Amino acid sequence: MEKNNLIIHIKDICFSYAGSSPVLDKLNLKLNSGDRFGLMGPNGSGKTTLFHVIMGLLKPTSGSIEIYNRPARTEKDFRKIRRKIGLLFQDADDQLFSPTVLEDVAFGPLNLGKSQDEAVEIAINTLKFLGLAGFEDRITYKLSGGEKKLVSLATVLAMQPEVLLMDEPTSGLDDKTKAILKRVLSDLDLTYILISHEIEFLTEITDSIYTMSSGRIHFDQKVQVHQHVHAHPHGAYAHQHE
Amino acid sequence: MFEELSNGDSFIRHLDPRVKIVVVFLFSIVVATARQFQVLTTALVLGVFIVLMTQIPFMELGRRLIPVNLLIVFLWLFLPFTFKGEPLFFMGPLAVTREGVLYAAGISVKSNAMMLMLIALAASTPIFTLGHALRALGIPPKIVHLFFFTYRYIHVMHREYVRLKNSMKMRGFIPGNSLHTYKTLAYMVGMLLIRSLDRAQRVYNAMLCRGFNGNLYSLSKFSLNRKDIVSLALMIAVILALGVLEWKKTI
Repeated sequence: MEKNNLIIHIKDICFSYAGSSPVLDKLNLKLNSGDRFGLMGPNGSGKTTLFHVIMGLLKPTSGSIEIYNRPARTEKDFRKIRRKIGLLFQDADDQLFSPTVLEDVAFGPLNLGKSQDEAVEIAINTLKFLGLAGFEDRITYKLSGGEKKLVSLATVLAMQPEVLLMDEPTSGLDDKTKAILKRVLSDLDLTYILISHEIEFLTEITDSIYTMSSGRIHFDQKVQVHQHVHAHPHGAYAHQHE
Repeated sequence: MFEELSNGDSFIRHLDPRVKIVVVFLFSIVVATARQFQVLTTALVLGVFIVLMTQIPFMELGRRLIPVNLLIVFLWLFLPFTFKGEPLFFMGPLAVTREGVLYAAGISVKSNAMMLMLIALAASTPIFTLGHALRALGIPPKIVHLFFFTYRYIHVMHREYVRLKNSMKMRGFIPGNSLHTYKTLAYMVGMLLIRSLDRAQRVYNAMLCRGFNGNLYSLSKFSLNRKDIVSLALMIAVILALGVLEWKKTI
């Protein structure tokens, strides 16, 4: 994918919730097409808030946001942006609201003006791509935690976004579901920012990892990963490395 | 909670949900306004017959009839004594009137007949099919959405409630008749309310992120076949007959 094509440009964004100290404090961020970066940081450091500001769900108190080289200020601007940028919420129960999986995945494409048949086709293909073929008529609230997370991802991917913002996608997932997530993210040619506390997961599917604290992303302090050697006391096959 | 039940291949299950809704609606209107015992008992027999066709287990049927009949028990405690009319017999200083007993009996038969029809409808139709069918019948989308969201999130709320309750139990909370109990329960209810408000905001945000613009689209398509039309015609005829029976006797 072509690099250095600026998608998100955030300049000096500040944000604070009513009556508390600022969560984002003169934050700057440039996201180019093809970037895949991870974001780490303590709880409450403003990672989720940043995502919500990018999607226009929260209004920054000062600073400017440019997305695709156009200033994004009003709800109307963000409506267009949401067609290109997908946000995967932390809690899948927030994302899945339709009674059945198929309806939920088709919801986005229908909003984008696709016909019913097209939307169903997109939904079915997306589910198949995520290894969820046959889930169409399942009831969303009866899915397991991992299944819910994958279906939520399907609902976002069905909108065929160019950028994906993922808010702790691995929390509460087992290794098998994490592996599916890894495969999907490396197969897709997407630009993304991934919030996670799992350094191992981040190193595998992102190109660079940055930390966030006191309301800013520290681009000057790239997180460096080095490997440790550890012993397998129970023989060579005690556990397998992928 | 309020799952559709009959996994069997009952005739009613395969009927077009719109037909079922229309029949239950008309049936309820006629039965609710009827006063003749002949009409009411016929309606009850009809209700029993239709519920039997859905093959709901009797235990489950009983369980679903309990709430409405609890209310009826209360009516029986008061109505026979408070209605003015010809006394049947005396219980101490209180007179049990003929009119009161008849009135209470009428309500009992009525509500059970309607409940049976509603149970037959709900038990034989998946909830979301029901919602889409309501939409197809021209019910305003806002009401249908409300119906869907209630169904979807009542489970989430229930889980949240169970979680809170368990965490209280884990810390040794035993409900009793004390200020501490009431305070704790009030906190819990308050917490549930706040959490559901937050949840609603997050769900709405998630919908916005997926391009929500006020429309929910339905993927279901309904089609009437011969069986549906025949059933609809037959049921409307029966309901009309009930109506005529009622009307003729009262005038």
